[in-house]
Amino acid sequence: MNTVKKRRRAFVDQTLCVACGCCVKVCPLKAIEIFKGIMAQVHEDKCVGCGRCAKECPASVIDIREVQA
Amino acid sequence: MKKKWYDYLWIWSLTYLILGFVNILFAWLGLLCFFIPLIISVTKGTKAYCNRYCGRGQLFSVLGGRFGLSRKRDIPKWMKSKAFRYGFLIFFFAMFFQMLWNTYLVFSGSQNLRQVVKLLWTFKLPWHWAYHGTLFHAGVAQFAFGFYSVMLTSTVLGLITMVLFKPRSWCVYCPMGTMTQLICKAKAN
Repeated sequence: MNTVKKRRRAFVDQTLCVACGCCVKVCPLKAIEIFKGIMAQVHEDKCVGCGRCAKECPASVIDIREVQA
Repeated sequence: MKKKWYDYLWIWSLTYLILGFVNILFAWLGLLCFFIPLIISVTKGTKAYCNRYCGRGQLFSVLGGRFGLSRKRDIPKWMKSKAFRYGFLIFFFAMFFQMLWNTYLVFSGSQNLRQVVKLLWTFKLPWHWAYHGTLFHAGVAQFAFGFYSVMLTSTVLGLITMVLFKPRSWCVYCPMGTMTQLICKAKAN
């Protein structure tokens, strides 16, 4: 059987991110942080793609995508 | 998540708005919301103010989130574009300098004190009840009226976009946020 492991992860459109930090506040795994006051950055190893940040983001520039594990 | 002391700074923001109705001179305290983010971004190169300490953002979060006063829709694309954000910053600056100019005119004696709060740069609201005279020059009061106008206007805009879009939509086009982000970008290069 061919099983491709897939997992979900948050992606930030960093060109539009305003670095407000709303995503950081709601992340239960501390998997997202603001990089040098410029934009949000996702820790790929920690993120499980729960989508809380995407829901919170006032600019709606985070989306959850499936990636191959 | 355990709450820290800075998670309650929305109380400060709310108090500030109320104090402006009591005595306009309290408006001067609002300068803290201008200087602290700038100092943090210049010295540390971070947006820690937006990220942690911004009471206004927290207030929108509380009203739009906990109180459910937000439709929680996506903000229109043009509102998060760089053109709009930078344009709004420039417009905000222009209005700010115009306010400083008015303050200067009162200080220099060529203009009388106007006890009004200008909402949305257009509507002149009588605000004489919050002025009880001062030991200081009338220009000090003029700055307070002008600065409170800036703060009240931006709060009203923020409340409108909070209702229409997500609670902290204001953060997307907040001039202070845009400015501190630009400073951080410049520092990182």
